[in-house]
Amino acid sequence: MPQVPLVEMKGITKRFPGVLANDHVSFEARSGEIHALLGENGAGKSTLMSILTGLYRPDEGQIFIKGKPVQLKNPKEAIGLGIGMVHQHFRLVQPFSVAENIVLGMKNLGLFIKKEKVEKEIEELSRRFALKVEPKAKIWQLSVGEQQRVEIVKMLYRGAEILILDEPTAVLTPQEVRELFKTLRQTANQGKAVILITHKLNEVMEIADRITVLRGGKSVATVNKVETNKIELTKLMVGREAMLVVDKKPPDLGPVILQLENVNCLSDKGYPALKDASLEIRGGEILGVAGVAGNGQRELAEVITGLRRVTRGKVKIGNKDYTNVSPREVIEARVAYIPEDRVGMGLVPNLNAMENVILKNYREKPVCGPLFINGDYVKNRARQLVDDFNIKMTGVDKAVKLMSGGNLQKLLFAREVSCEPQLIVAVYPVRGLDVSAIEAVHDILLAQREAGVAILFISEDLDEIFKLSDRIAVLYDGQVMDVLPTGKTNVEEVGMLMAGTRPEREVG
Amino acid sequence: MPAPVIQQGSPFTIKLEKRLTTSRLNNILIPVISVFLALVVGAIFIYVTGNDPVKIYQTMLKGAFGSKYGISETVVKAIPLILTGLAVSIAFKMQLWNIGAEGQLYMGAWAAAYVALFMPDLPGFLVLPTMFLFGFLGGAIWALIPAIPRALIGVNETITTLLLNYVAILWFGYFVYGPWRDPKGFNFPLSAAFPEAARLPSMFDTRVHYGLIIGLVAVVIIYIMLKHTKWGYEIRVIGESPNAARYAGMNIVRNILLVMILSGGLAGIAGMSEVAGLTHRLQPTISPGYGYTAIIIAWLAKLNPFAILLVSFLFGGLLVGGYSVQTLGLPAATAYMLQGLILFFVLGGELFNRYRLRIRERGGK
Amino acid sequence: MDYALVTAVLAAAIIAGTPILYAALGEILAERTGVLNLGLEGMMLVGAVSGFMATIATGSHWMGLLAAMIAGGMVAAVHAVLTITFKANQVVSGLALTIFGTGLSGFLGKKLIGIPAPSTFSKVSLPVLSDIPFLGPVLFNQDPLVYLSYLLVPLMWIFIYRTNPGLKMRSVGENPGAADSLGVNVFLTRYIYVIIGGIFSGIAGAYLSLAYAPTWLEHMTGGRGWIAIALVIFSTWNPARALIGAYIFGGVDALGFRLQAMNIGVSSFFLNMLPYLFTILVLIFATMQTQRNRIGAPGALMLPYDREDR
Repeated sequence: MPQVPLVEMKGITKRFPGVLANDHVSFEARSGEIHALLGENGAGKSTLMSILTGLYRPDEGQIFIKGKPVQLKNPKEAIGLGIGMVHQHFRLVQPFSVAENIVLGMKNLGLFIKKEKVEKEIEELSRRFALKVEPKAKIWQLSVGEQQRVEIVKMLYRGAEILILDEPTAVLTPQEVRELFKTLRQTANQGKAVILITHKLNEVMEIADRITVLRGGKSVATVNKVETNKIELTKLMVGREAMLVVDKKPPDLGPVILQLENVNCLSDKGYPALKDASLEIRGGEILGVAGVAGNGQRELAEVITGLRRVTRGKVKIGNKDYTNVSPREVIEARVAYIPEDRVGMGLVPNLNAMENVILKNYREKPVCGPLFINGDYVKNRARQLVDDFNIKMTGVDKAVKLMSGGNLQKLLFAREVSCEPQLIVAVYPVRGLDVSAIEAVHDILLAQREAGVAILFISEDLDEIFKLSDRIAVLYDGQVMDVLPTGKTNVEEVGMLMAGTRPEREVG
Repeated sequence: MPAPVIQQGSPFTIKLEKRLTTSRLNNILIPVISVFLALVVGAIFIYVTGNDPVKIYQTMLKGAFGSKYGISETVVKAIPLILTGLAVSIAFKMQLWNIGAEGQLYMGAWAAAYVALFMPDLPGFLVLPTMFLFGFLGGAIWALIPAIPRALIGVNETITTLLLNYVAILWFGYFVYGPWRDPKGFNFPLSAAFPEAARLPSMFDTRVHYGLIIGLVAVVIIYIMLKHTKWGYEIRVIGESPNAARYAGMNIVRNILLVMILSGGLAGIAGMSEVAGLTHRLQPTISPGYGYTAIIIAWLAKLNPFAILLVSFLFGGLLVGGYSVQTLGLPAATAYMLQGLILFFVLGGELFNRYRLRIRERGGK
Repeated sequence: MDYALVTAVLAAAIIAGTPILYAALGEILAERTGVLNLGLEGMMLVGAVSGFMATIATGSHWMGLLAAMIAGGMVAAVHAVLTITFKANQVVSGLALTIFGTGLSGFLGKKLIGIPAPSTFSKVSLPVLSDIPFLGPVLFNQDPLVYLSYLLVPLMWIFIYRTNPGLKMRSVGENPGAADSLGVNVFLTRYIYVIIGGIFSGIAGAYLSLAYAPTWLEHMTGGRGWIAIALVIFSTWNPARALIGAYIFGGVDALGFRLQAMNIGVSSFFLNMLPYLFTILVLIFATMQTQRNRIGAPGALMLPYDREDR
């Protein structure tokens, strides 16, 4: 291994208002290695890498590239030094072509766009690294996996020596993940340093050479993969032995509450988003929906809650037809909804906790009289929910945007559950939360299950789906590929279905 | 071993940091400082064009607040500003950029004048209430024209409401110069005078009329409506986050239409009170741009009804002051230039509500 | 209809459309970087009055044009500071610009009312081209600013769709986060094009006071700035479509004027409403069209950019 690391970060500190995101973090990566940056959500991984790419400026600390101290004032300088990052939310201009995205902002291009030359170079590069991209395609036409490849090619085209990927597998099927890892290994073998930001232990053990663990904004250890194991890494990451195992009783099934019959709908762009999707959920069970994000999950939740038009098929709640009714009628049918955008849809960030607590029942007695909202009642109710769900906040009269992500989600659950639902639709309910908040959300869902509520649980984390669900439905390209009892399937099979392949035994 | 810290430029870094909360003091201090700075920059403009800013500001102040007549004229100007300010702010609250208050005012005045001039059989005690109703409807219907395409297909209401101002003023002009012109009026573009029953009485032996009471009542009603009613709650949620409103089952299309009706109606009442309380007839110009000044008032008052009341009196004074400097050879447009400057500084000043300046030693803690 | 009358109306349509075209082209640039500037009316008025003042002072309408451009750019710079650096609400800042520009132009122009411009942009027949039947008298018997706009539209089209700086400009309006991560200076780009937009509005204003009228009148823009904003939506942010649109608007304007002169028995008040009503109808139509084809405004229009927004 070479003497000088390609990247070295020393004593990096970064503060955001109210948050110490990085606290004297040290990190290094060498040429030819895949280095995993492991940590929970909120451990400070993305912040650290945003500093390395010049997006944020550190409050303290130094950065060395090939041994030379550097000051990264902006992304341009970082790119100039060979640092390229593939962000979790892709930085692609949707209406532009692949080639346009790849050359955007590069120096010495001249006045006119030289389309043919660039397209040829991209094709060469994509051959060399086994990354299939179509230079002429527009970004909005591409699947998420294809967009990720464009991001990687974009960085390699700019001569990145250090390639950073932020949670790259979250949007991929297990099969696509394998392809990606092959590419990453090939990239490292060509003398580049690959930094992989992740919170998934399986991935780390599969692909990384070395691992740096972050916890609570601090770097706690850097270890060689061959000298460690999952248990040790978990301890480093979470700061205690292991995550609690969910204690789940067998389901006590009630009547069918939700029924979808051959439901079709369109996406925002006007393309078919759900294709003859059928499923049913009974009271007292959790139906997990597995699938790569963007395969119809959002639309599935929205057709049930009345926010999206069904073009064909039927939605039934409690055996009554609820196809294309208004969101209000669905609310009145006691359907709770934890949307993907918890701030901005589920909660109004600039309004206070009291105002947010009545969002669903502000029309009903005793919250509201014929004209006026009952302020005292609302205040008491908000305080009670805050107590019951152990929500931490500065006051029920303060804007909820001041609360942490975990407490926001608890407030949202508190409101929805307090309306005594018969059905809960939860979309990515633990995304971006820390471990204790994840546990709180899981506890709430399981308690509701025991109370006989039907739960539609959409998640992108297969481990979580297997842990909570009684049955698993797999969504691929808007179709329900299959619905399987959790006990009678495995990750491999679900993974195949997520990729759109029906395993052999289906035939017949 | 720590590597040497690289020093570049100044040893201090200055940066803007996002504030999560705004202090009550800032909410008052920032607009006050903003207005002050706008007046300073205005003074520079006035000085550069060869006038004496101190003398001009003194004249304005004296003109607006220096005598009983000045104060009463300031109040007279404040009346339409309060009503149009409320009109604009209620729409802005829902992120509806209704900048058509000027046209809605004219249409309200026109509709009220129709009652005064052409419904002679109405019993006397019903004349003013009917004018009030027609004034409201005139403005409301005029606001509904852009509101419908906005609600149904998302047609940009900023442009349509503004363009309709020109149409409304032309419409108004057609009647004043044409069919409604008083045949006994020596060919002046004026309608016949309103009968006594169609005039809002004046108060305190001044030109201040009962439109003031209408304005004050409207402030209280709008405040309670926004703060304590179901509808006010819906307006706030829709304004803050249309997605959350849809999620909560609120009917956004209906609310856009209703809010625009109320907004236009309030502006229409402003027009009714101008003709019934002040001019007592139609004349070609009944507003020197109240509907536009209202935008500045609404923003400066942060859309708060009671603050609108206060700011309207200040801007009423600015308008009256603007007229009094005409004696010094300055155009009345001076007042509008100052209004624009005030809004610039208020907008700039909001930065300090949302961010704080942080000065720190580089490399240190 | 009479041949001479048709060419006269069409030539007048181009003249009436030209100030709207300049303002719309400037606004296309600003909006392409994600900054909405509703202050066109104000910038045009400031441009008109400054151009007129400078022409009186120097005796040269070209110096007047230069002054109008500088003034328009300076007023736009205020909008840039407020919306880009101070992250103020773009709608309200644009309205402030209109109110300020109206006030400032009235303040500066008080003494100029009624004075004829000492030197104006007057018609120059282009040799050969103006002899083409029909097209010649319509297109090539115009003033230099009209000819300049003929050149500007294709140049701008090529710049926006075919050059690397144009690509950068569009990326800033569509996805500033992506542009920033690739080293495109989002703030600088926005400043540049907002100020260029103001310069274009300045030209539009100067066109009114030095070619169209040519004199100074308070509020002489008469809503043309707002019509230009509607035109930007109609154009789907494409300069070539803006050209067509501007001449259609100009045509409605010219036709109304012509009908008044012909005394057809409709009140001039109603004829004067035509451009505004027509703009509203076109805007409704254009909105329906863009929604059906799903070509919308630049993705980041009206959104201030903050790199550390979390």
